Formats: sequence, structure tokens, C-alpha cells
Amino acid sequence: MTPIETGPVPTVLDERFRAAAAASGDLDVAYDVLDDTPVGPLLVGVSERGLCRVGFDPEPEAELERLARQFGPRVLRTPKALDGVRSELDEYFAGRRHAFDLELDLRATPEFHRRVLEELNRVEYGHTTTYGALAAQVGAPRAARAVGTVMNRNPLPIVLPCHRVVGANGSLTGYGGGLDRKEWLLRLEGALL
Amino acid sequence: MSRTGIPPFERFYESHSGEVLAFLRRRTGRDRADDLFQETFLRALRAYGRLEHGEHLRAWVLTIAANAVVDGARRERPTAELAVEPAVEDERPPVEELAQLTDGLPPKERAAVVLRYGYDLDYDAIGAALGSNEQAARQAASAGVRRLRKEKKER
Repeated sequence: MTPIETGPVPTVLDERFRAAAAASGDLDVAYDVLDDTPVGPLLVGVSERGLCRVGFDPEPEAELERLARQFGPRVLRTPKALDGVRSELDEYFAGRRHAFDLELDLRATPEFHRRVLEELNRVEYGHTTTYGALAAQVGAPRAARAVGTVMNRNPLPIVLPCHRVVGANGSLTGYGGGLDRKEWLLRLEGALL
Repeated sequence: MSRTGIPPFERFYESHSGEVLAFLRRRTGRDRADDLFQETFLRALRAYGRLEHGEHLRAWVLTIAANAVVDGARRERPTAELAVEPAVEDERPPVEELAQLTDGLPPKERAAVVLRYGYDLDYDAIGAALGSNEQAARQAASAGVRRLRKEKKER
């Protein structure tokens, strides 16, 4: 067979396939990269159960591999499937939304992590808590350091608000997405002056 | 790469979509090719979760595309004889040999045999790739093998 001459797939055709794939119900994860949020590009992914990833990595290669490993290899960029997530995040960044109304898929998250993240989810907009306090709330008062690890591996930053967890002395301590972003988010919420 | 070497579907699609579209356009003309493009990748998506490994994905998806062409033509001209050129060359010699060996088989049987014995797909995945089901794929492959045996005896 002779080599086939190829060019890029026309945008209309490409978008039509991606929309049909999203509607087929055959995807493990539908994702998109939101290019211009105030905290930089965000990769967001949903499974059929709900939001399964928010990532700060602007080079999503490793992120896609991880999603494929955790949820299955049928991972495809399908902007339409993320419309709901996109609009809630837009509202949040504009200061108009204080709580997210999204189904979450934490099935790839270990049990202890999930417990901590559920407790984290109760920390309200504009408030902060400490690693030690969260540890105490899940019944492991000496596990502040482990709680720090859970925050660092949070698969859904921003939506599960690990930016609201600070050190006992009020210092920002650390953030998976970098301290600049943590500071920006806390300022947005009025938790930092 | 995930544990089994199967790339995320996005990467697979990016790597092969241009070539699949060009292949379809060469075989069927632009309008039909555009529809078959979507059909091909939806079939591939359906089967993708059941792949055992990530080898020969290019040949695999071109085989699916070739079958989508056959199915599309059959829908339009149910009784017409079709010139079929399904399985596709790959760097792996056994697949090539198998493609030649199965040259005389009806397209569905040929594709089922090549996907089963050349690409080591299970029948579930072959059924999805051919737009049918596991049982039909199993039947097509065994009918193909029977036909090959018979041809060999007669030769």
C-alpha cells in the first residue's frame, strides 16, 4: 500500500467527533484545558460519576497518563462535556460563587485521604483552618503531617479547598499549585488582606 | 504510558486521525469519508477500553476504517460486489503475511481473522471494532479459519 498523504483534520470534523464521543457514554474521562483562568491554565476532567481532576500542570501529558491509569484509557478532550464545570469555576473566579455544586468522583483516592478531603470540604469560603485541626476532626490528632500530604495530593484543588488550610502560626506553609496561587485564592475569598 | 502501554485515547486520536481521514477520503470521496471518520473513531473508542496492549494501534485503526468503508458501501449497495482492501500493512511481518494469506476471504471474516490472530484482540474488542458484537466476531473469525483450511486442502 502506498503511503497516505495526511494533513490536519478540519476543525469542524474534529469537534463533531469529540462531541459525539462525549455523547456516546464510552469515555472514561472527558477533559478540557481552561486556558485563561486567573490562576493560569487549569486541566479539568469529569468521569460519568463526576469531577475527577483539577490540575495546574500546563503540560498535561503526565496528567493524561495518570487519568488513564486511574480511570481507564479512554481519556479525550471534549470541551462540551466540561461546560458545567467551566461555568461554576468562572463564577467562582469572578467572586460570584462561594460553594460548588458539582458531583465529585474520588474513587481513585485512598480511604484516609477521602475522609480528610470530606472534612476539608466543610471549611467555608473565606475561612481557614489548620493541618492540626483537620487531623483532629478525622480522629487522628497527631496526623497533621499526613494531612499535609493529603492536601498536597488533592485531586480537586480549588473545588476541594486545600488553599484554606494554613499552618498553626497562620503562615501559608505550602500549596500543590505554588504559594502564589494559594495567596491569590485566599485574597479572592477575603481571607487574606 | 500506562502500565499496559496503551496511551490515553487523546494521544491515539491525535497520532492517527489525520491518516485515517486521508485513507477514507482516498477510498470513498470527501463527503462519505467525513461520516466514516466519525464512525471509525467511535468504534475504536468503544473497543479501546478492552485492548490488551498498545502495539500496532495504527494498523488496528486503519483496519477499523477499512471495515467502516465496507459496511458503509454495503448499506448503500447491498448486493454489489465490493473491491475490498481491508487489513493494512504494519512493520510486523506476521501481520503482513496474515494479510496476504487472508486476501481471498470475505471482508468481515478477513478482518476478524487478522484482528484476532495478527493483533491478538479478544472477540469483545473485535466485535466493537467491526461494529457488531462478540458472538458475531467469533463466528466471523472461525468461518474465516474454516475457509482458509478448506482452500489449503483444495490447493
